[in-house]
Amino acid sequence: MRDLLPDMPGGLGVRDLWLARKGKMLLDVPELCLDGPGPTLILGPNGAGKSLLLRCLHGLIAPDRGRVTQGGEPLNDTHKARQAMVFQQPVLLRRSVAANLDFVLRRQSLPRVTRKARMAELLAEGGLDGKARQSARSLSGGEAQRLAILRALALEPETLFLDEPTSALDPGATQAIEQMVLRASARGVRIVMVTHDIGQARRLAADIVMMQGGHVVEHGAAKQVLDAPNSPASRRYLAGGLVT
Amino acid sequence: MQGFASEFSSALALIVAGDPELWAIVLLSLQVSVFAVLISAVIGMPVGAALAVARFPGRRVLIVLMNALMGFPPVVVGLLVYLMLSRSGPLGVLELLYTPTAMIIAQVVLVTPIIAALTRQVVEMLAEEYSEQLRSLGVSRLASVPVLLWDARLALVTALLAGFGRAIAEVGAVIIVGGNINHVTRVMTTTIALETSKGNLALALALGAILIGIAIAVNAMVSTLSLRAEQEGLRHA
Repeated sequence: MRDLLPDMPGGLGVRDLWLARKGKMLLDVPELCLDGPGPTLILGPNGAGKSLLLRCLHGLIAPDRGRVTQGGEPLNDTHKARQAMVFQQPVLLRRSVAANLDFVLRRQSLPRVTRKARMAELLAEGGLDGKARQSARSLSGGEAQRLAILRALALEPETLFLDEPTSALDPGATQAIEQMVLRASARGVRIVMVTHDIGQARRLAADIVMMQGGHVVEHGAAKQVLDAPNSPASRRYLAGGLVT
Repeated sequence: MQGFASEFSSALALIVAGDPELWAIVLLSLQVSVFAVLISAVIGMPVGAALAVARFPGRRVLIVLMNALMGFPPVVVGLLVYLMLSRSGPLGVLELLYTPTAMIIAQVVLVTPIIAALTRQVVEMLAEEYSEQLRSLGVSRLASVPVLLWDARLALVTALLAGFGRAIAEVGAVIIVGGNINHVTRVMTTTIALETSKGNLALALALGAILIGIAIAVNAMVSTLSLRAEQEGLRHA
Protein backbone atom coordinates (compact mmCIF):
# COMPACT_ATOMS: atom_id res chain seq x y z
CA MET A 1 0.00 0.00 0.00
CA ARG A 2 1.23 3.47 -0.84
CA ASP A 3 2.63 5.54 1.97
CA LEU A 4 -0.17 7.51 3.60
CA LEU A 5 -0.12 11.07 2.49
CA PRO A 6 -0.67 14.04 4.75
CA ASP A 7 -3.68 16.22 3.91
CA MET A 8 -2.67 18.74 1.30
CA PRO A 9 -4.49 22.04 0.75
CA GLY A 10 -7.54 21.10 -1.30
CA GLY A 11 -6.86 17.40 -0.83
CA LEU A 12 -9.76 15.05 -0.20
CA GLY A 13 -9.11 12.70 2.67
CA VAL A 14 -10.60 10.03 4.84
CA ARG A 15 -9.78 9.30 8.47
CA ASP A 16 -10.87 6.15 10.32
CA LEU A 17 -13.89 5.74 8.09
CA TRP A 18 -16.23 2.96 9.23
CA LEU A 19 -19.63 2.12 7.82
CA ALA A 20 -21.76 -0.88 8.72
CA ARG A 21 -25.36 -1.92 8.04
CA LYS A 22 -27.24 -4.65 9.93
CA GLY A 23 -24.07 -5.60 11.75
CA LYS A 24 -22.07 -6.09 8.55
CA MET A 25 -18.99 -3.99 7.91
CA LEU A 26 -19.25 -2.29 4.53
CA LEU A 27 -16.38 0.18 4.69
CA ASP A 28 -13.29 0.24 6.85
CA VAL A 29 -10.78 2.79 5.59
CA PRO A 30 -8.33 4.00 8.25
CA GLU A 31 -6.76 6.63 6.02
CA LEU A 32 -6.87 7.76 2.43
CA CYS A 33 -5.75 10.96 0.76
CA LEU A 34 -6.68 11.89 -2.79
CA ASP A 35 -4.53 14.83 -3.72
CA GLY A 36 -2.94 13.91 -7.03
CA PRO A 37 -3.30 16.22 -10.02
CA GLY A 38 -4.87 13.68 -12.40
CA PRO A 39 -7.93 11.44 -12.30
CA THR A 40 -8.21 8.99 -9.42
CA LEU A 41 -9.90 5.72 -10.37
CA ILE A 42 -11.37 3.43 -7.75
CA LEU A 43 -11.14 -0.15 -8.93
CA GLY A 44 -12.35 -3.39 -7.43
CA PRO A 45 -14.89 -6.20 -7.65
CA ASN A 46 -18.63 -5.91 -6.97
CA GLY A 47 -19.36 -5.31 -3.32
CA ALA A 48 -15.89 -3.94 -2.66
CA GLY A 49 -17.38 -0.69 -1.33
CA LYS A 50 -16.34 1.56 -4.22
CA SER A 51 -19.68 3.31 -4.68
CA LEU A 52 -20.17 3.60 -0.91
CA LEU A 53 -16.77 5.24 -0.56
CA LEU A 54 -17.70 7.68 -3.33
CA ARG A 55 -20.98 8.56 -1.59
CA CYS A 56 -19.14 9.09 1.71
CA LEU A 57 -16.61 11.35 -0.02
CA HIS A 58 -19.49 13.38 -1.50
CA GLY A 59 -21.35 13.53 1.81
CA LEU A 60 -24.38 11.58 0.57
CA ILE A 61 -23.80 8.92 3.22
CA ALA A 62 -22.61 9.77 6.70
CA PRO A 63 -20.18 7.14 8.02
CA ASP A 64 -20.87 5.52 11.38
CA ARG A 65 -17.41 6.50 12.52
CA GLY A 66 -14.56 8.59 11.19
CA ARG A 67 -14.76 11.51 8.84
CA VAL A 68 -14.15 12.80 5.38
CA THR A 69 -11.88 15.80 5.13
CA GLN A 70 -11.24 18.44 2.54
CA GLY A 71 -7.97 20.31 2.92
CA GLY A 72 -7.70 18.95 6.45
CA GLU A 73 -11.14 20.26 7.51
CA PRO A 74 -14.17 18.03 8.08
CA LEU A 75 -16.31 18.00 4.95
CA ASN A 76 -18.92 20.75 5.24
CA ASP A 77 -21.68 22.26 3.09
CA THR A 78 -19.27 24.73 1.47
CA HIS A 79 -17.04 21.86 0.39
CA LYS A 80 -20.03 19.86 -0.82
CA ALA A 81 -21.20 22.79 -2.92
CA ARG A 82 -17.90 22.57 -4.79
CA GLN A 83 -18.43 18.90 -5.58
CA ALA A 84 -20.69 17.17 -8.10
CA MET A 85 -21.57 13.59 -8.79
CA VAL A 86 -22.67 11.54 -11.78
CA PHE A 87 -24.39 8.25 -11.08
CA GLN A 88 -24.22 4.89 -12.82
CA GLN A 89 -27.79 5.36 -14.10
CA PRO A 90 -28.12 9.00 -15.13
CA VAL A 91 -30.94 10.67 -13.22
CA LEU A 92 -32.38 13.27 -15.57
CA LEU A 93 -35.23 15.62 -14.82
CA ARG A 94 -38.38 15.01 -16.88
CA ARG A 95 -37.69 18.11 -18.90
CA SER A 96 -35.80 19.07 -22.03
CA VAL A 97 -32.03 18.76 -22.37
CA ALA A 98 -31.67 22.55 -22.04
CA ALA A 99 -33.99 22.66 -19.01
CA ASN A 100 -31.84 20.07 -17.24
CA LEU A 101 -28.81 22.33 -17.63
CA ASP A 102 -30.79 25.48 -16.91
CA PHE A 103 -31.97 23.95 -13.63
CA VAL A 104 -28.39 24.05 -12.36
CA LEU A 105 -27.41 27.33 -14.02
CA ARG A 106 -30.41 29.14 -12.51
CA ARG A 107 -29.38 28.00 -9.05
CA GLN A 108 -26.11 29.88 -9.53
CA SER A 109 -28.00 33.16 -9.96
CA LEU A 110 -26.18 33.93 -13.20
CA PRO A 111 -27.45 36.75 -15.42
CA ARG A 112 -29.58 35.53 -18.32
CA VAL A 113 -26.96 36.37 -20.95
CA THR A 114 -24.23 34.51 -19.07
CA ARG A 115 -26.55 31.58 -18.54
CA LYS A 116 -27.32 31.39 -22.23
CA ALA A 117 -23.65 31.53 -23.19
CA ARG A 118 -22.75 28.91 -20.59
CA MET A 119 -25.56 26.67 -21.84
CA ALA A 120 -24.24 26.88 -25.42
CA GLU A 121 -20.72 26.05 -24.19
CA LEU A 122 -21.95 23.05 -22.25
CA LEU A 123 -24.10 21.70 -25.08
CA ALA A 124 -21.13 21.98 -27.45
CA GLU A 125 -18.85 20.32 -24.91
CA GLY A 126 -21.17 17.30 -24.74
CA GLY A 127 -21.99 17.22 -28.46
CA LEU A 128 -25.66 17.85 -27.69
CA ASP A 129 -25.97 21.15 -29.59
CA GLY A 130 -28.82 19.97 -31.79
CA LYS A 131 -30.77 18.36 -28.97
CA ALA A 132 -31.39 21.27 -26.61
CA ARG A 133 -35.18 21.16 -27.01
CA GLN A 134 -35.45 17.38 -27.01
CA SER A 135 -36.86 15.62 -23.96
CA ALA A 136 -33.96 14.42 -21.79
CA ARG A 137 -35.77 11.12 -21.27
CA SER A 138 -35.65 10.36 -24.99
CA LEU A 139 -31.85 10.53 -25.23
CA SER A 140 -29.78 7.42 -25.88
CA GLY A 141 -27.82 5.94 -22.96
CA GLY A 142 -24.59 7.64 -24.02
CA GLU A 143 -26.26 11.00 -24.62
CA ALA A 144 -28.10 10.80 -21.28
CA GLN A 145 -24.86 10.14 -19.45
CA ARG A 146 -23.15 13.01 -21.32
CA LEU A 147 -25.99 15.29 -20.27
CA ALA A 148 -25.63 14.11 -16.66
CA ILE A 149 -21.91 14.97 -16.81
CA LEU A 150 -22.61 18.35 -18.41
CA ARG A 151 -25.14 19.16 -15.68
CA ALA A 152 -22.55 18.24 -13.05
CA LEU A 153 -19.95 20.39 -14.83
CA ALA A 154 -22.44 23.27 -14.94
CA LEU A 155 -21.91 23.51 -11.18
CA GLU A 156 -18.25 24.28 -11.94
CA PRO A 157 -17.13 21.75 -9.35
CA GLU A 158 -13.65 21.41 -7.94
CA THR A 159 -14.26 17.69 -7.57
CA LEU A 160 -16.34 15.52 -9.87
CA PHE A 161 -17.31 12.04 -8.67
CA LEU A 162 -18.36 9.53 -11.31
CA ASP A 163 -19.86 6.19 -10.31
CA GLU A 164 -19.29 3.72 -13.15
CA PRO A 165 -20.61 6.18 -15.73
CA THR A 166 -19.82 3.94 -18.70
CA SER A 167 -20.82 0.54 -17.32
CA ALA A 168 -23.86 0.26 -19.63
CA LEU A 169 -22.38 1.96 -22.68
CA ASP A 170 -20.89 0.75 -25.96
CA PRO A 171 -17.24 1.51 -26.81
CA GLY A 172 -18.07 4.61 -28.86
CA ALA A 173 -20.22 6.16 -26.12
CA THR A 174 -17.60 5.16 -23.53
CA GLN A 175 -14.89 6.90 -25.51
CA ALA A 176 -16.96 10.10 -25.70
CA ILE A 177 -17.43 10.06 -21.91
CA GLU A 178 -13.75 9.38 -21.32
CA GLN A 179 -12.81 12.34 -23.53
CA MET A 180 -15.13 14.58 -21.49
CA VAL A 181 -13.58 13.32 -18.26
CA LEU A 182 -10.05 13.93 -19.53
CA ARG A 183 -10.96 17.44 -20.74
CA ALA A 184 -12.50 18.26 -17.35
CA SER A 185 -9.41 16.94 -15.62
CA ALA A 186 -7.19 19.03 -17.89
CA ARG A 187 -9.22 22.10 -16.86
CA GLY A 188 -8.35 21.37 -13.22
CA VAL A 189 -11.43 19.47 -12.05
CA ARG A 190 -10.40 16.75 -9.61
CA ILE A 191 -11.85 13.51 -10.97
CA VAL A 192 -12.68 10.59 -8.69
CA MET A 193 -14.24 7.78 -10.70
CA VAL A 194 -15.37 4.26 -9.93
CA THR A 195 -14.91 1.59 -12.58
CA HIS A 196 -14.67 -2.16 -13.08
CA ASP A 197 -12.88 -1.70 -16.34
CA ILE A 198 -9.13 -2.22 -16.07
CA GLY A 199 -8.62 -0.89 -19.60
CA GLN A 200 -10.46 2.30 -18.65
CA ALA A 201 -8.29 2.65 -15.55
CA ARG A 202 -5.22 2.32 -17.75
CA ARG A 203 -6.54 4.97 -20.16
CA LEU A 204 -7.63 7.53 -17.58
CA ALA A 205 -6.06 7.08 -14.19
CA ALA A 206 -3.20 9.06 -12.71
CA ASP A 207 -3.62 7.11 -9.49
CA ILE A 208 -5.66 4.07 -8.55
CA VAL A 209 -7.42 3.10 -5.35
CA MET A 210 -7.87 -0.67 -5.30
CA MET A 211 -10.64 -1.92 -3.02
CA GLN A 212 -11.80 -5.27 -1.78
CA GLY A 213 -14.28 -6.24 0.92
CA GLY A 214 -14.72 -2.68 2.16
CA HIS A 215 -10.98 -2.07 2.52
CA VAL A 216 -8.56 -0.06 0.46
CA VAL A 217 -6.00 -2.70 -0.36
CA GLU A 218 -3.74 -0.52 -2.44
CA HIS A 219 -3.43 3.11 -3.48
CA GLY A 220 -0.72 4.34 -5.76
CA ALA A 221 0.28 5.69 -9.14
CA ALA A 222 -1.70 4.02 -11.92
CA LYS A 223 1.32 2.53 -13.65
CA GLN A 224 2.64 1.03 -10.46
CA VAL A 225 -0.71 -0.45 -9.35
CA LEU A 226 -1.54 -1.83 -12.80
CA ASP A 227 1.90 -3.14 -13.74
CA ALA A 228 3.37 -4.10 -10.39
CA PRO A 229 0.61 -4.35 -7.80
CA ASN A 230 1.72 -4.84 -4.23
CA SER A 231 -1.30 -6.56 -2.75
CA PRO A 232 -2.30 -10.14 -3.60
CA ALA A 233 -5.97 -8.98 -4.01
CA SER A 234 -4.90 -6.42 -6.63
CA ARG A 235 -2.81 -9.01 -8.45
CA ARG A 236 -5.75 -11.44 -8.52
CA TYR A 237 -8.21 -8.76 -9.70
CA LEU A 238 -5.89 -7.52 -12.42
CA ALA A 239 -5.14 -11.08 -13.51
CA GLY A 240 -8.88 -11.60 -13.94
CA GLY A 241 -9.06 -14.15 -11.15
CA LEU A 242 -12.00 -14.43 -8.78
CA VAL A 243 -11.73 -12.06 -5.85
CA THR A 244 -14.08 -12.58 -2.93
CA MET B 1 -90.04 -2.29 -24.24
CA GLN B 2 -91.75 0.39 -26.30
CA GLY B 3 -91.98 2.62 -23.21
CA PHE B 4 -88.30 2.10 -22.56
CA ALA B 5 -87.41 3.11 -26.11
CA SER B 6 -89.67 6.14 -25.93
CA GLU B 7 -88.01 7.27 -22.66
CA PHE B 8 -84.64 6.98 -24.39
CA SER B 9 -85.76 9.02 -27.35
CA SER B 10 -87.25 11.65 -25.04
CA ALA B 11 -83.94 11.77 -23.15
CA LEU B 12 -82.03 12.21 -26.39
CA ALA B 13 -84.44 14.96 -27.44
CA LEU B 14 -83.79 16.81 -24.17
CA ILE B 15 -80.04 16.70 -24.75
CA VAL B 16 -80.16 17.64 -28.42
CA ALA B 17 -82.75 20.39 -27.95
CA GLY B 18 -80.54 21.97 -25.27
CA ASP B 19 -83.22 21.81 -22.58
CA PRO B 20 -82.41 24.79 -20.31
CA GLU B 21 -83.28 22.94 -17.08
CA LEU B 22 -81.12 19.96 -17.99
CA TRP B 23 -78.11 22.06 -18.97
CA ALA B 24 -78.46 24.29 -15.90
CA ILE B 25 -78.18 21.16 -13.75
CA VAL B 26 -75.15 19.96 -15.75
CA LEU B 27 -73.50 23.38 -15.45
CA LEU B 28 -74.05 23.53 -11.68
CA SER B 29 -72.66 20.01 -11.28
CA LEU B 30 -69.55 20.94 -13.22
CA GLN B 31 -69.10 24.21 -11.31
CA VAL B 32 -69.39 22.51 -7.92
CA SER B 33 -67.07 19.64 -8.80
CA VAL B 34 -64.44 21.75 -10.59
CA PHE B 35 -64.29 24.20 -7.65
CA ALA B 36 -64.09 21.31 -5.19
CA VAL B 37 -61.26 19.65 -7.12
CA LEU B 38 -59.31 22.91 -7.42
CA ILE B 39 -59.58 23.56 -3.67
CA SER B 40 -58.67 19.92 -2.96
CA ALA B 41 -55.62 20.25 -5.23
CA VAL B 42 -54.43 23.36 -3.39
CA ILE B 43 -54.70 21.50 -0.08
CA GLY B 44 -53.98 17.91 -1.12
CA MET B 45 -50.97 18.32 -3.40
CA PRO B 46 -48.66 20.12 -0.95
CA VAL B 47 -49.80 17.80 1.86
CA GLY B 48 -49.15 14.72 -0.27
CA ALA B 49 -45.79 16.03 -1.45
CA ALA B 50 -44.75 16.98 2.09
CA LEU B 51 -45.66 13.49 3.33
CA ALA B 52 -43.62 12.03 0.48
CA VAL B 53 -40.38 13.90 1.26
CA ALA B 54 -40.56 14.75 4.97
CA ARG B 55 -39.46 12.31 7.65
CA PHE B 56 -41.02 12.75 11.09
CA PRO B 57 -42.49 10.57 13.85
CA GLY B 58 -46.06 9.57 13.07
CA ARG B 59 -45.62 9.91 9.31
CA ARG B 60 -46.69 6.32 8.64
CA VAL B 61 -49.78 6.80 10.81
CA LEU B 62 -50.73 9.89 8.82
CA ILE B 63 -50.29 8.01 5.55
CA VAL B 64 -52.49 5.14 6.76
CA LEU B 65 -55.09 7.66 7.94
CA MET B 66 -55.03 9.49 4.62
CA ASN B 67 -55.38 6.25 2.68
CA ALA B 68 -58.28 5.24 4.93
CA LEU B 69 -59.99 8.58 4.29
CA MET B 70 -60.01 7.78 0.57
CA GLY B 71 -62.62 5.15 1.25
CA PHE B 72 -64.66 7.23 3.71
CA PRO B 73 -68.41 6.69 3.10
CA PRO B 74 -69.81 9.80 1.38
CA VAL B 75 -73.03 9.76 3.43
CA VAL B 76 -70.97 9.93 6.63
CA VAL B 77 -69.00 12.86 5.20
CA GLY B 78 -72.30 14.47 4.28
CA LEU B 79 -73.60 13.93 7.79
CA LEU B 80 -70.46 15.40 9.41
CA VAL B 81 -70.49 18.45 7.12
CA TYR B 82 -74.22 18.82 7.80
CA LEU B 83 -73.57 18.83 11.57
CA MET B 84 -70.82 21.44 11.12
CA LEU B 85 -72.99 23.72 8.96
CA SER B 86 -76.37 23.24 10.67
CA ARG B 87 -77.76 26.12 12.72
CA SER B 88 -76.55 24.60 15.97
CA GLY B 89 -73.20 23.56 14.48
CA PRO B 90 -69.89 25.45 14.89
CA LEU B 91 -70.18 26.94 11.38
CA GLY B 92 -73.97 27.44 11.48
CA VAL B 93 -73.55 31.21 11.65
CA LEU B 94 -72.25 31.17 8.06
CA GLU B 95 -75.66 29.90 6.85
CA LEU B 96 -74.11 27.71 4.19
CA LEU B 97 -76.36 24.70 4.55
CA TYR B 98 -78.39 23.91 1.39
CA THR B 99 -76.15 26.07 -0.80
CA PRO B 100 -73.71 25.06 -3.55
CA THR B 101 -70.90 26.14 -1.17
CA ALA B 102 -71.94 23.42 1.28
CA MET B 103 -71.82 20.92 -1.55
CA ILE B 104 -68.34 22.13 -2.51
CA ILE B 105 -67.21 21.73 1.13
CA ALA B 106 -68.52 18.16 1.24
CA GLN B 107 -66.81 17.28 -2.03
CA VAL B 108 -63.56 18.89 -0.86
CA VAL B 109 -63.64 16.65 2.22
CA LEU B 110 -64.18 13.62 -0.01
CA VAL B 111 -61.70 14.48 -2.76
CA THR B 112 -58.77 15.95 -0.79
CA PRO B 113 -57.65 12.60 0.66
CA ILE B 114 -57.73 11.06 -2.83
CA ILE B 115 -55.57 13.80 -4.34
CA ALA B 116 -53.23 13.89 -1.31
CA ALA B 117 -52.78 10.10 -1.28
CA LEU B 118 -52.18 9.85 -5.04
CA THR B 119 -49.79 12.81 -4.89
CA ARG B 120 -47.91 11.17 -2.03
CA GLN B 121 -47.53 7.93 -3.97
CA VAL B 122 -46.38 9.61 -7.18
CA VAL B 123 -44.02 12.07 -5.51
CA GLU B 124 -42.56 9.44 -3.18
CA MET B 125 -41.73 7.22 -6.13
CA LEU B 126 -40.11 10.10 -7.98
CA ALA B 127 -38.30 11.30 -4.84
CA GLU B 128 -36.76 7.85 -4.50
CA GLU B 129 -35.30 8.22 -7.96
CA TYR B 130 -34.29 11.88 -7.64
CA SER B 131 -33.22 12.00 -3.99
CA GLU B 132 -29.45 11.45 -4.28
CA GLN B 133 -29.17 13.45 -7.49
CA LEU B 134 -30.99 16.46 -6.05
CA ARG B 135 -28.94 16.34 -2.86
CA SER B 136 -25.81 16.14 -4.99
CA LEU B 137 -26.96 19.25 -6.86
CA GLY B 138 -27.39 21.03 -3.53
CA VAL B 139 -31.20 21.00 -3.52
CA SER B 140 -32.60 20.83 0.02
CA ARG B 141 -35.49 18.52 0.97
CA LEU B 142 -37.88 21.48 1.10
CA ALA B 143 -36.67 22.93 -2.20
CA SER B 144 -37.09 19.52 -3.83
CA VAL B 145 -40.90 19.65 -3.37
CA PRO B 146 -41.66 22.02 -6.29
CA VAL B 147 -39.13 20.18 -8.47
CA LEU B 148 -40.83 16.87 -7.77
CA LEU B 149 -44.34 18.29 -8.22
CA TRP B 150 -43.39 19.79 -11.58
CA ASP B 151 -41.66 16.66 -12.83
CA ALA B 152 -44.62 14.52 -11.72
CA ARG B 153 -47.08 16.86 -13.45
CA LEU B 154 -48.55 14.29 -15.84
CA ALA B 155 -49.27 11.80 -13.08
CA LEU B 156 -50.63 14.60 -10.90
CA VAL B 157 -53.13 15.66 -13.56
CA THR B 158 -54.27 12.03 -13.46
CA ALA B 159 -54.76 12.39 -9.70
CA LEU B 160 -56.84 15.53 -10.29
CA LEU B 161 -58.99 13.74 -12.85
CA ALA B 162 -59.49 10.82 -10.47
CA GLY B 163 -60.64 13.34 -7.85
CA PHE B 164 -62.97 14.98 -10.35
CA GLY B 165 -64.42 11.59 -11.26
CA ARG B 166 -65.21 10.94 -7.63
CA ALA B 167 -66.69 14.43 -7.11
CA ILE B 168 -68.96 14.55 -10.15
CA ALA B 169 -70.39 11.07 -9.50
CA GLU B 170 -71.01 11.69 -5.79
CA VAL B 171 -74.60 11.71 -4.51
CA GLY B 172 -74.78 10.78 -0.82
CA ALA B 173 -72.96 13.75 0.69
CA VAL B 174 -74.29 16.46 -1.63
CA ILE B 175 -77.91 15.44 -1.18
CA ILE B 176 -77.54 15.77 2.61
CA VAL B 177 -75.80 19.16 2.65
CA GLY B 178 -77.34 20.53 -0.58
CA GLY B 179 -80.91 19.42 -0.01
CA ASN B 180 -81.54 18.89 -3.75
CA ILE B 181 -83.36 22.24 -4.08
CA ASN B 182 -84.62 22.97 -7.59
CA HIS B 183 -82.55 25.64 -9.43
CA VAL B 184 -80.31 26.04 -6.36
CA THR B 185 -78.55 22.84 -5.36
CA ARG B 186 -79.86 20.27 -7.76
CA VAL B 187 -76.97 18.51 -9.50
CA MET B 188 -76.89 15.61 -11.93
CA THR B 189 -76.67 12.76 -9.45
CA THR B 190 -79.28 14.10 -7.02
CA THR B 191 -81.64 14.91 -9.90
CA ILE B 192 -81.31 11.41 -11.29
CA ALA B 193 -82.24 9.98 -7.88
CA LEU B 194 -85.21 12.33 -7.50
CA GLU B 195 -86.60 12.13 -11.03
CA THR B 196 -86.34 8.34 -11.08
CA SER B 197 -88.40 8.14 -7.90
CA LYS B 198 -90.95 10.49 -9.50
CA GLY B 199 -91.09 8.37 -12.64
CA ASN B 200 -89.65 11.13 -14.86
CA LEU B 201 -87.23 8.78 -16.56
CA ALA B 202 -86.47 10.96 -19.60
CA LEU B 203 -84.69 13.67 -17.57
CA ALA B 204 -82.97 11.04 -15.39
CA LEU B 205 -81.78 9.14 -18.46
CA ALA B 206 -80.59 12.31 -20.19
CA LEU B 207 -78.54 13.30 -17.13
CA GLY B 208 -77.32 9.72 -16.76
CA ALA B 209 -76.10 9.73 -20.37
CA ILE B 210 -74.26 13.02 -19.84
CA LEU B 211 -72.74 11.70 -16.60
CA ILE B 212 -71.56 8.55 -18.36
CA GLY B 213 -70.14 10.71 -21.16
CA ILE B 214 -68.21 12.77 -18.61
CA ALA B 215 -66.98 9.60 -16.88
CA ILE B 216 -65.78 8.15 -20.19
CA ALA B 217 -64.08 11.42 -21.15
CA VAL B 218 -62.34 11.65 -17.76
CA ASN B 219 -61.21 8.02 -17.96
CA ALA B 220 -59.95 8.49 -21.50
CA MET B 221 -57.91 11.47 -20.32
CA VAL B 222 -56.61 9.49 -17.33
CA SER B 223 -55.57 6.62 -19.63
CA THR B 224 -53.85 8.91 -22.10
CA LEU B 225 -51.99 10.77 -19.37
CA SER B 226 -51.10 7.53 -17.57
CA LEU B 227 -49.63 6.18 -20.77
CA ARG B 228 -47.63 9.35 -21.29
CA ALA B 229 -46.47 9.30 -17.68
CA GLU B 230 -45.34 5.69 -18.09
CA GLN B 231 -43.55 6.58 -21.28
CA GLU B 232 -41.79 9.28 -19.31
CA GLY B 233 -40.72 6.56 -16.91
CA LEU B 234 -43.09 7.37 -14.10
CA ARG B 235 -45.66 4.78 -13.21
CA HIS B 236 -48.30 5.86 -10.79
CA ALA B 237 -50.44 3.58 -8.72
